[in-house]
Amino acid sequence: MGYTPELKKLIQRVEATRPERVAMARRNEHYPALTMAERNEVLNKFHPDYQEDAKRTVQVGPNKGDVFQDTVARLLESRSIIRPEKVDLSKIDLETDVLVIGGGGAGTSAAIMASEAGCSVIIANKLRHGDSNTIMAEGGIQAATQECDSPYYHFLDTIGGGHFSNQRDLVAALAKDAPLSIAWLESLGMMFNKYEDGRTVVRHCGGSSRKRLQSSGDMTGAEIMRVIRDEVRNREDKITVLEFSPAIELLLDSEGKCAGAILFNMETREYSIVRAKAVIMATGGFGRLHVKGFATTNHYGATMDGVVMAYRAGIANQSLHSTQYHPTGVTYPEQNVGLLITEKVRGLGAHVLNIDGEQFCFPLEPRDVESAELIQEAMAKGKGIMTPTGRVGLWLDSPMIEELHGPGTVRKELPAKFIQFERHGIDISKEPMLVYPTLHYQNGGINVDGNTNTTIAGLYGAGEVIGGVHGENRLMGNSLQDIITFGRRAGQSAGEYINGGVEIKDLSLDHVLSFEKELAEAGIEDPIMAPILLPDYTTDEVIAKRWQDAVKAA
Amino acid sequence: MCDTQATQPEIKVATGDRAILPEGAKTIPIYVMGKKYEVPETLTIMKAMEFAGFKFLRGAGCRGGICGACPTVYRMAGDYKLHFGLACQTVVEADMYLAQIPFFPANRASFNINEMSAAADAIHALYPEIFRCVACNQCTKACPMDVKVLDYISATKQGEIAKAARISFDCIQCGLCSSRCLGEIPQYHVAQLARRIFARYIQPQAEHLRLRAEEIEAGKYDQMLDELSTMNTEDLESRYVNEREREPDMAAPGSWQPQDSRYL
Repeated sequence: MGYTPELKKLIQRVEATRPERVAMARRNEHYPALTMAERNEVLNKFHPDYQEDAKRTVQVGPNKGDVFQDTVARLLESRSIIRPEKVDLSKIDLETDVLVIGGGGAGTSAAIMASEAGCSVIIANKLRHGDSNTIMAEGGIQAATQECDSPYYHFLDTIGGGHFSNQRDLVAALAKDAPLSIAWLESLGMMFNKYEDGRTVVRHCGGSSRKRLQSSGDMTGAEIMRVIRDEVRNREDKITVLEFSPAIELLLDSEGKCAGAILFNMETREYSIVRAKAVIMATGGFGRLHVKGFATTNHYGATMDGVVMAYRAGIANQSLHSTQYHPTGVTYPEQNVGLLITEKVRGLGAHVLNIDGEQFCFPLEPRDVESAELIQEAMAKGKGIMTPTGRVGLWLDSPMIEELHGPGTVRKELPAKFIQFERHGIDISKEPMLVYPTLHYQNGGINVDGNTNTTIAGLYGAGEVIGGVHGENRLMGNSLQDIITFGRRAGQSAGEYINGGVEIKDLSLDHVLSFEKELAEAGIEDPIMAPILLPDYTTDEVIAKRWQDAVKAA
Repeated sequence: MCDTQATQPEIKVATGDRAILPEGAKTIPIYVMGKKYEVPETLTIMKAMEFAGFKFLRGAGCRGGICGACPTVYRMAGDYKLHFGLACQTVVEADMYLAQIPFFPANRASFNINEMSAAADAIHALYPEIFRCVACNQCTKACPMDVKVLDYISATKQGEIAKAARISFDCIQCGLCSSRCLGEIPQYHVAQLARRIFARYIQPQAEHLRLRAEEIEAGKYDQMLDELSTMNTEDLESRYVNEREREPDMAAPGSWQPQDSRYL
């Protein structure tokens, strides 16, 4: 398919400026980097995390008074899908020791560990078991397994990378358990990249002092997910998997302990009540909220459900204001939209260019600054390139890598990207790529301690839904480790709690009633209903033709 | 409301994953389960269906070509040939007739990974149906990941588990192979079992990892981590900035040692 004739014409402008830009790069001259003051200015004006215009203070709940993106704030101030006073909580549909909400990497690890502790487990999935951001993680998983490394250095690298804003007991847990996670995955039969003697292949990642990134081809997360999911399928006697049945509300008991959840069968639209002695929240991140309209690397179900449910039950969030945007996500072709283009492309010398083929920024600013500069050029200056599907992008001039480092360099250094574009008729060693910042990771989330305890007895959290592990900036390879470390810890903690003797009293939704009372008292009119479960991509034209007003009137 | 903007015509931009039809863009007809819809060209099947007004419950997952939720069968008007692809990775073409197969009821055998061995007997006992393979190669032709499915089934039959594991590595377990199989073989479950046996019993286990796990369980690092957890931020920053030697990129595996070995 390749570029359309219109886009090919625009590429000529890039080619026209290339000889001079390459000559400049050969002289080691760069487009000037911003001063600290200029950085702050562009961040404040154009970075979604900094811009004040789309942020506001949350007026209710445990984070009352904190400032979040409007999209996030609206979900924190949302109302329940059900009317609590009309639910008969004496009719229990399912009983279990442990209810795991979310069957990605964290929830699935938790389920296996809870079953090891002798517990019966239900995993409630919104989509299929394993549909998650875990499965999409390509790069690798950090763990200090080598002789020159130790959990001490993993801790230091992680907390330094997070600008020392991380929650330290979580970082300590991550660093300590990381090699244990790898050993566990190995014993389950996960194929790590290894040398002949069985030593794991390790690489550096941004911010690491030791080579610590173990991997499984360029589909590490997918390999983790398919192995642990397969293991769950071997444990049918202990673990029940429910698909297309997300939780929509937590249940507490009359003593305030967590005691289960309400599930919603999305296919038959039936609700059911699950009574559980412990609940593990593992619903993942929020990329599909498309904060400020950004495309995302996240899977279809990443809609912040767990944060919403836990918030109503009184669980505060940590670092939830912080989101990781990657400056160069794909905007063309359509099937790659939102997917990442590694920083390595710019590291090899590729310039970022506007519609006129001109440079407008230093290509290797910190990620947040670089993202802000791209947004400024496209949106404020109107110098972006419009794709046939109505997306805005800027050029990333990969062909100049060939001129700087010799023919064949692109293919050798960026094999996966080369194939990904070649499949759609674009040779990135000859034609530039169209890129724009993309929403990648929810840095914050619900508060837990190092053993995944929340402030509610019997409620645990693990994976992207929790906050504090990464502080305000996450290192590559720590998200997959976060998932396994805290998933396993959550399963173990829940198992210990239950084996210590738990008696569930009368079920209650009073926390939802009092939260909604708080909404009314704060004067929040017309709160949205949440969790929203799935994003809605219906076009305005289709919505208009659904005749909502006419149907309502009838 | 805001007159100052009047001179700039508003540009309609696609946000998030919602597709739009920009000014002047062309549409093409596609047939979703036989029914015609006009959609913008260059969209993926998944986004084209959403543009047409479908909302996915099944049949959509990662939307990035790795989860296996959206296998799709299609055919071009006037041609008998069936094509297979992922709805999130395949671009619509004019006069494409398509249907999704979001789930396939393939048989899966349960096993205990701790009781397996490097021998192929166990796989053969759990999945005797692999010997029903007639080598028609429809599985390989249907694979959206270009996995040589027939080759790994043949390798498994011959007891070559390592070969089967390597050939099947890119499998996303979408089930299209099974949907085409004359022998009713659940290829992707067989491959999963072969990979797990390979990684556990054939590929050597990592000795350095075993030793590190023992050290951690013996509590070797607890005090160091406690110290870092309770240290004031200034000291922590100082250790981060001044006391981290960087392992050279080109150091041979397991060979380099830092000068400061107190925290190893």
